[in-house]
Amino acid sequence: MTLLQDRAATARSAPGRPSYWTMRRRDHLTGYLFITPALVGAVAFVFLPLVLVVWYSLHEWNVLADTFDFVGSENYRKLAEDPNVPGVLRATALFSIGLVVLNLGLALVLAVLLNQKLRGTTFFRVLFFSPVVVSLLAWTIVWGFLLQDNGGVNGLLSLFGIDGPNWLRSGGTAMVSVVVVQVFKNVGLNMVLFLAALQGVPQELYEAARTDGAGRWTVFRRITLPLISPTILLTSIITVVGSLQVFAQISVLTQGGPGTSTTVLVYYLYQQAFQFHAFGYGSTLSVLLFLIVLALTVLQWQMRKRWVFHES
Amino acid sequence: MSLKMRIFLYGLLLVLCVPFVFPTWWMITSSFKPNASIFAFDFAPSTWSLEPWRQVFTMQPFAQQYWNSAYIAVIVTLGTLVVASMAGYAFARIRFPGQNVLFLVVLTGLLIPSEVTIVPLFRMFNSLGMVDTHWPLILVPMLGPPSVLATFIMRQFFITLPGELEEAARIDGLGRPAIFRRIALPLARPALGAVAIFTFLHSWNLYLEPVVYISSQTKYTLPQALTQFTDAYQGQLWNVQLSAASMTAIPVLIVFVIAQRQFIEGLAHTGLKG
Repeated sequence: MTLLQDRAATARSAPGRPSYWTMRRRDHLTGYLFITPALVGAVAFVFLPLVLVVWYSLHEWNVLADTFDFVGSENYRKLAEDPNVPGVLRATALFSIGLVVLNLGLALVLAVLLNQKLRGTTFFRVLFFSPVVVSLLAWTIVWGFLLQDNGGVNGLLSLFGIDGPNWLRSGGTAMVSVVVVQVFKNVGLNMVLFLAALQGVPQELYEAARTDGAGRWTVFRRITLPLISPTILLTSIITVVGSLQVFAQISVLTQGGPGTSTTVLVYYLYQQAFQFHAFGYGSTLSVLLFLIVLALTVLQWQMRKRWVFHES
Repeated sequence: MSLKMRIFLYGLLLVLCVPFVFPTWWMITSSFKPNASIFAFDFAPSTWSLEPWRQVFTMQPFAQQYWNSAYIAVIVTLGTLVVASMAGYAFARIRFPGQNVLFLVVLTGLLIPSEVTIVPLFRMFNSLGMVDTHWPLILVPMLGPPSVLATFIMRQFFITLPGELEEAARIDGLGRPAIFRRIALPLARPALGAVAIFTFLHSWNLYLEPVVYISSQTKYTLPQALTQFTDAYQGQLWNVQLSAASMTAIPVLIVFVIAQRQFIEGLAHTGLKG
């Protein structure tokens, strides 16, 4: 019998000798196994494509012509000189700002109304929230129908003797229409978040202010608004980042028109990459979109830090 | 509150209801109108016609498309629940080397909207021969950005669980996988519900991805199919389109009304964490 076999035999039979798989090592293995699918997914479908999109943005790449040539910063120069880009950025900013202002304003009004001691607020809460769960495309198509020149909105307006415009086809109203459709779709979500914040304001503060003789509006401005400002900031950032991803509404309602007045960045990216087959330039636009989202997220972190300071 | 105030508030609420109720009412009633009188301003059709509802199924393989959307959403939801709860649990409750770095890698997914990566993903799936199949619509949401948000939400939930529960289970001789399955998961039901609702709606509403990846009519999902009801001259067949839209929206609305509390709380929760 060789020495090795001998040793192995003693190791097996030795009582109480710890196995390699201690509880800690087994825990490590379980941890790695548990995160593997999420990690592989994040690398394959987020991290890697992000690196690739930067790489592609340095290439002249036309799928139809089957060209893929390294051109360095050529696409970025094209971006700076593209006559459509200022309009696209303007439309993107207008859409985002319009959406945030109208969405948060209406959400706040609805939340304050539903925070009153009234019967039936649950019913109204469900009703205002319902568009959030309605299929985005169904909602958009119905509004597209309503906003036709001879559609339901102008029908309603004509009851009051108002002659409404062709909402989606005239330059002045197309952007407003797209924003409003999106506001009604998602305002319920912010309304619920505001409602929760309002209910977290201590009643004593209101009572103290009332005894000091403060009016309704003063109480709202001086007590309610500051106390719910963290929620306002948070919802505004979520709404802005969400607004940068709007595609279906533009594609169904206006196709970016009239002219380029409603061509937001994602829609322009889609047109360049998948309609004009310019994948390289499309990638450059993707990088631009990423940088904008990144800047807004960093801004959010900075602002969050500031509130924590305020709260402590 | 004075009676006058009360009446004023109810009046205001009722006016504000118009943009939320009117579209749904108009969608359903107009879907029963013939296309010739579709723009007549009637609160109910003068003659009810079932023809548009029938045409939805003759113009496109709508039942097939409905099935596509449903089965994709169900697989994505179940898959996300498995992936996100396992990873969320490991990041919250298990200590292992490199944990924080790996969590950061996963979290980058929260920073990157899926629109940014659509070009490279299209090329990836193209070289794998998966364009015009349902694979991109299943794999990307199940493992990519929305699943990252789900992982984050599950982690935030599991972190709040008291450690004593696991200690007790350990002493009883349960291993990690058993603790996860028999103790942590049952406690996580509210978080799992929130993630399920959010993931299902996300998949059900997905539009840019199907438009980019899918080109055969039998493989369309509902959002894509809804836009395709046109006549021979590319004119929109509003009544057929609205019938199809009604069929897409009404089942979800019914489920919502039944389980409104779970929906509202779940979506508000995921919204905040996003």
